[in-house]
Amino acid sequence: MFETVLVANRGEIARRVIRSVQRLGLRAVAVHSDADAGLPFVREADESVPIGPAAPAQSYRNVEAVLEAARQTGAEAVHPGYGFLAEDPRFAAAVQDAGMVWVGPSPDAIEQMGDKIRARNLVAAAGVPVSRGTESPVADVEAALEAAGVIGYPLMVKASAGGGGMGMAVAADDAALRVEFERVQGFAGRTFGDPAVLLERFFPRVRHVEVQILGLADGRVVALGERDCSVQRRNQKLVEESPSPAVGPELRRQMVEAAVRAGEAVGYRNAGTVECLLDPATGEFVFLEMNTRLQVEHPVTEMVLGIDLVEQQLRIAAGSPVTFDPDALPATGHAIEMRVNAEDPKRFFPGPGVITVWDEPHGEGVRVDAGYVAGNTVTPHYDSLMAKLVVHGADRGQALERAGAAVAAFRVEGPRCNLPFFAELLEHPEFVSGDYDTGLVARMRS
Amino acid sequence: MAEIRAEMVANVWKVVVTEGASVSDGDTLVILESMKMEIPVLAESDGTVSSLHVSEGDVVQEGDVIAVIE
Repeated sequence: MFETVLVANRGEIARRVIRSVQRLGLRAVAVHSDADAGLPFVREADESVPIGPAAPAQSYRNVEAVLEAARQTGAEAVHPGYGFLAEDPRFAAAVQDAGMVWVGPSPDAIEQMGDKIRARNLVAAAGVPVSRGTESPVADVEAALEAAGVIGYPLMVKASAGGGGMGMAVAADDAALRVEFERVQGFAGRTFGDPAVLLERFFPRVRHVEVQILGLADGRVVALGERDCSVQRRNQKLVEESPSPAVGPELRRQMVEAAVRAGEAVGYRNAGTVECLLDPATGEFVFLEMNTRLQVEHPVTEMVLGIDLVEQQLRIAAGSPVTFDPDALPATGHAIEMRVNAEDPKRFFPGPGVITVWDEPHGEGVRVDAGYVAGNTVTPHYDSLMAKLVVHGADRGQALERAGAAVAAFRVEGPRCNLPFFAELLEHPEFVSGDYDTGLVARMRS
Repeated sequence: MAEIRAEMVANVWKVVVTEGASVSDGDTLVILESMKMEIPVLAESDGTVSSLHVSEGDVVQEGDVIAVIE
């Protein structure tokens, strides 16, 4: 195996990856922007390299600066975390061209799955269910109206290059479609540099359920169960749990099989996630997109399976077998993750600031992946995730209890913080029952 | 006269209006960007933008005056 791994990321995920790298006896190199110099991941790495100013384009997204840091420190492998350069096929290729190991899927797989229309057509051809929608970018409003006649309303107008919940809108009729099409197309062009727009059937009541896959070094693709990510605000996840309360053994078998087929369709290697929309009324699910990297919410899978996914990623990248028997990996109990963000618990508006108090909860089944400690400053330059609070219990009931106790014990002062939202959610009858959907947070705030 | 202030630390991503422009209640004056989120700053009354205190690329602190509407 390689001996030095550069972690091309920041905050909680950089710290979490560094921890696994070091546990395996390898050397971890951090890169950081000027704004992040005081964060724990910089201090905890074996070596840290400043790569530029706060703006991500000049630091964490700066391919040349990251590669130069890798050369300087003698890194033999690069782990990208999530976000920033994790799903940039040119970066993956540049790492490989520089003679280093890329801890992720092939640049080709990243590229094929990165374009939503292409990905949808590709997995459909492999026999994975997809929702009714356009098979190529819609040229103009007239073409959109024509396609809407076939797909039916309500429908989702979506930027092909979008992600993270940005660049999408629902249209309920022709008039709304005229407005939203132009809006999304303009936004996509400005924001993603690609104005391609697609239309898809919109499900009013839907759950977001995703399957973790691993493409092994021997070429097999295996699935590691599902995560339910239906607690969302602004189409971004706030809470994830595994197993999904909406998925029984037969549905799980179908979803897992579909996810493996999607991975096999691109010769997938390393960790990836197949995101699906699930209609809880009918048990029908459709492919949404594939994330070709480690997911933010991977710890819930780790907690129910008792494995370290970053360790598996490193082993696969090195061409080694994983640490478990892929044919027999039983899930135990129930895990819930809450994203502790620097945002207010009512409107979810960001509020950076200096952390004056940071007191993490402890106890059986409680895990905190934090990017900060007391004294650090949460700056406005990056996303609002401060920490992930993850709990595990023998069953969902115990996980909910432990989540409530952990939320109550977690003290954060300084920046705005959404912990009170979780206290409210954990008492909410819909969430407690397990029978909830992606509209839950909006209903709680209406 | 109404002072429009920043609700949080943020970067000024886009300045939509110019000094002297007439605006209506709810019009977007400036778009701030903080933590990967765009936050439109809106006019809270009809009137004229009598002064504009930010430019694109500025960093505003919570409570900073962004614009004055008269």
